Amino acid sequence: MINPAKTCQPIGAMYAALGIKGCLPHSHGAQGCCAYHRSTLTRHYKEPISASSSSFTEGASVFGGQANLLQAINNIFSVYEPDVIAVHTTCLSETIGDDLPQIFNKAIKDQIVPEGKTVFGASTPSYIGSHVTGFSNMVKAMAALAQPSDNKNGTINIIPGWVEPSDMEELKRLAALIGAKIMMFPDTSGVLDAPLTGTYSMFPGGGTPIDKIKDAGSASGTLALGEWCSADAARLLDTKCKVPCSILDMPFGLQATDRFIDALRTIAGSSVPDEISIERGKLVDMMSDMHQYFYGKKVAIAGDPDQLIAMTEFLVSIDMCPVHIVTGTPGKKFEKRIRELTGEMDCEVNVKAKGDLFLLHQWIKNEPVDLLIGNTYCKYIARDEDLPFVRWGFPILDRQGHQHFPTVGYTGGLRLLEKILSVLLDRKDRDDPEEVFELVL
Amino acid sequence: MTKAQKLVQWDPHNIKAKMLEKYPPKVARKRAKQIMINEAQENSTPEIVANVRTIPGIITMRGCTYAGCKGVIMGPACDIVNLVHGPIGCSFYAWLTRRNQTDGINDTHSNFLPYCMSTDMQDTDIIFGGEKKLETAIQEAYDLFKPKAIAIFATCPVGLIGDDIHAVAKKMCAKFGDCNVFAFSCEGYKGVSQSSGHHIANNQVFTHIVGNSPTEKKGKYKINLLGEYNIGGDGFEIDRIFVKCGISNISTFSGNSTYDKFASANQADLSCVMCHRSINYVADMLETKYGIPWIKVNFIGAEATAKSLRKIAKYFAEKELIDRVEEVIAEEMPAVKAAIKDVLPRTKDKTAMLFVGGSRAHHYQELFRELGMKTLSAGYEFAHRDDYEGRHVLPGLKVDADSRNIEEIKVSADPELYNPRKTAEEVAALEKQGVDFKEYGGLNPIMDEGTLVVDDLNQFEAEKLVELMKPDLFCAGIKEKYSIQKLGIPMKQLHSYDAGGPYAGFRGAVNFYQEIDRLVNSRIWSYMQAPWQKNPELSATYAWE
Repeated sequence: MINPAKTCQPIGAMYAALGIKGCLPHSHGAQGCCAYHRSTLTRHYKEPISASSSSFTEGASVFGGQANLLQAINNIFSVYEPDVIAVHTTCLSETIGDDLPQIFNKAIKDQIVPEGKTVFGASTPSYIGSHVTGFSNMVKAMAALAQPSDNKNGTINIIPGWVEPSDMEELKRLAALIGAKIMMFPDTSGVLDAPLTGTYSMFPGGGTPIDKIKDAGSASGTLALGEWCSADAARLLDTKCKVPCSILDMPFGLQATDRFIDALRTIAGSSVPDEISIERGKLVDMMSDMHQYFYGKKVAIAGDPDQLIAMTEFLVSIDMCPVHIVTGTPGKKFEKRIRELTGEMDCEVNVKAKGDLFLLHQWIKNEPVDLLIGNTYCKYIARDEDLPFVRWGFPILDRQGHQHFPTVGYTGGLRLLEKILSVLLDRKDRDDPEEVFELVL
Repeated sequence: MTKAQKLVQWDPHNIKAKMLEKYPPKVARKRAKQIMINEAQENSTPEIVANVRTIPGIITMRGCTYAGCKGVIMGPACDIVNLVHGPIGCSFYAWLTRRNQTDGINDTHSNFLPYCMSTDMQDTDIIFGGEKKLETAIQEAYDLFKPKAIAIFATCPVGLIGDDIHAVAKKMCAKFGDCNVFAFSCEGYKGVSQSSGHHIANNQVFTHIVGNSPTEKKGKYKINLLGEYNIGGDGFEIDRIFVKCGISNISTFSGNSTYDKFASANQADLSCVMCHRSINYVADMLETKYGIPWIKVNFIGAEATAKSLRKIAKYFAEKELIDRVEEVIAEEMPAVKAAIKDVLPRTKDKTAMLFVGGSRAHHYQELFRELGMKTLSAGYEFAHRDDYEGRHVLPGLKVDADSRNIEEIKVSADPELYNPRKTAEEVAALEKQGVDFKEYGGLNPIMDEGTLVVDDLNQFEAEKLVELMKPDLFCAGIKEKYSIQKLGIPMKQLHSYDAGGPYAGFRGAVNFYQEIDRLVNSRIWSYMQAPWQKNPELSATYAWE
């Protein structure tokens, strides 16, 4: 594989675990994994990322990591005092076959887990799937903490998938406008977008309280956003706790947001307030105002499956032509879904799951595009091919804003269109010859 | 945050006690030995424990062996294809994240740094072995790039499942004939930090590359610059100065390096060691096998740069070079002096803490001294005792189980190429003139009495140090950056320079002065409290005016 469009499971598990209130993610493996994940997440969010490691040495790798994990749990509760430790495995601990539940039982038996504290874990072998799989596995492990309940409390579980803290905030705002009582997990807003005040807390106020996650079985339903990120957890709640679920696309762009709002108001049994309809109208307005600049433009996109599906639908909805679409994450359904979404476009579409950015670059060389959308690594392609480029996805290491400005929902759609328009029109202004260079666009 | 207290109010013993008080007893005992108060003792200097295991669960700044080998040492070489054998993550995280700049493409017309190659091992490879997949990937890399060399790096599971990467490398190397293929057993669980990865990289580069160059390198005053990684263009600035002085830099390990530069290292007449920790093995081996002596140099800090240049000139002992070096220093220093004059009134008496690397926590104190700033506390992430206390402790160092696992290669004098550059008499004469061969004094001697030297500082201790001592500036890496800044203390990354640099040499020093002036005198930090937070109580009702 050359120039991957994915990374490994544990980083997704770490990000998901940061969305639990008072939770310290713990990497059960050699310390380099934890260091790399913390560095990458820190560079993306420009925020402190606290997480610990079992710091395996050669001995632990031969004899098993139980002693290291027990020692780690004891040290973590003594020094950092989190409410929750969310352990994820690595290729190292998975290859030697460490059994997390057995080690947790031992920890409880040895009384190193203080009263009222939670230790749980997810199996996230780096040699299966991708960072998206790791996120999904950790969220599923959260769902596994829920118990069946006969006392339904009218709450709707929302599993947002791997979106930005700003997106999670936006989803909560939309739900509040509809009047839906929701419990969203994980929720990294208030954790990875903290203010600068002169004080530092390893556990800022945000995140979903673990007790609420444990009570997810009392909900009347679950909305899972994104088949890859969120569906497994929702289905587990369905089978284990009899909480019915709907799996929706991530609400990026007009139509996916429409479906999300419609599903939410239906389950909540409430009507959609004018405020949301007005937001929607503004998005449609911008789509129509600027349609001439979108129409027929060819786009290449790389990223994660749930995001790409929603983005492809959005691009098609404004008559752009997403012609090259690559994710590194495996999944046969992905290619099929993209084919469906692009079926009515009258141009050839290249789509690949388990692809890489090297392939994307080759495709672009063979069939040039007008716009590239992807994470920061795509800037090497953008520079080589001199392409207008919108940074969207994970990781973004060289620009700011994603942690604060959502791209989900209708207002998020406005932001996406603004970004796309800006790079297209900047390019037009740069390239237009003198005689056709214009003031008004 | 309140204004910094005066240093006299701090008792380092109290601070150490505060750093340890929350730990479970076993952790406290271990950490106590890695937190050293720098104070004179009868007949001896204080001892520090270093290069020992990280404590599970304690949030360390350290990375792993793979990071030290692939990330640090081999990462910067632009025309060697780096192929990581393992699941995708390790290759992804080391992809363009270390700011190794290169213009090596001018020499070789190949720059593979923007490429991330991995065998992307899947569960079936873990079960049935990944050697076939590795072989295919090597072939693919060869067909695609036709490189001079392909380096293979093992990640954790490779060692566990027993893939013989060295055998695969050997086989492919023989098959190609025109491409050197070699492998690094740098699984992340080996050793206790990045340091073991440096050692593994040193060994393999020396074994598989050094001495292989088919061309004779011309030039006067031929040196190697070892342990310089061209972060933010440091190496460019040092090379600019070398060129100006007429010194020929044959090979930098490994900033802005190429395969052929590594291969030519045996043709130099002196090795100059910047980062002692990461590269001293190569320096020693070059001396043993080829007879090239080594000296410690430091190009961080204008005075240190001048001193290092004079040391090199003294070694070659030719008037032409000695005079030229003085001319260059005289030409470069006025700009440095002017910059210091400008910033000194604003930086003087400010305080700093440095926790980084295996040499930078030492080298950067030179620059802070030039700025009139005091280093309150410092320490390394992955150093050994000799980096703290000096190389004289080497014979007494105990080799523990973790170090024993790292291969020591036996090197002896090359029957044809061994050529001692200086006779024993010449060496003795030079030593009399202050040219110390094979000598590194370490961090502790340059630190003030009563300062705290902390090995493998962790997040909790960092927060304690900042809270208690309130430095004006904290220096470490990306993982530490934002937790420190949330406390209202500016934080400078000294691994990646926060996208700044170069900071080496004369021009780099000027950059650094300006950068530190910006950091410690920024108005940004005054905005943390809103007006209504500063004066929450209204003493009277305001009339609308």
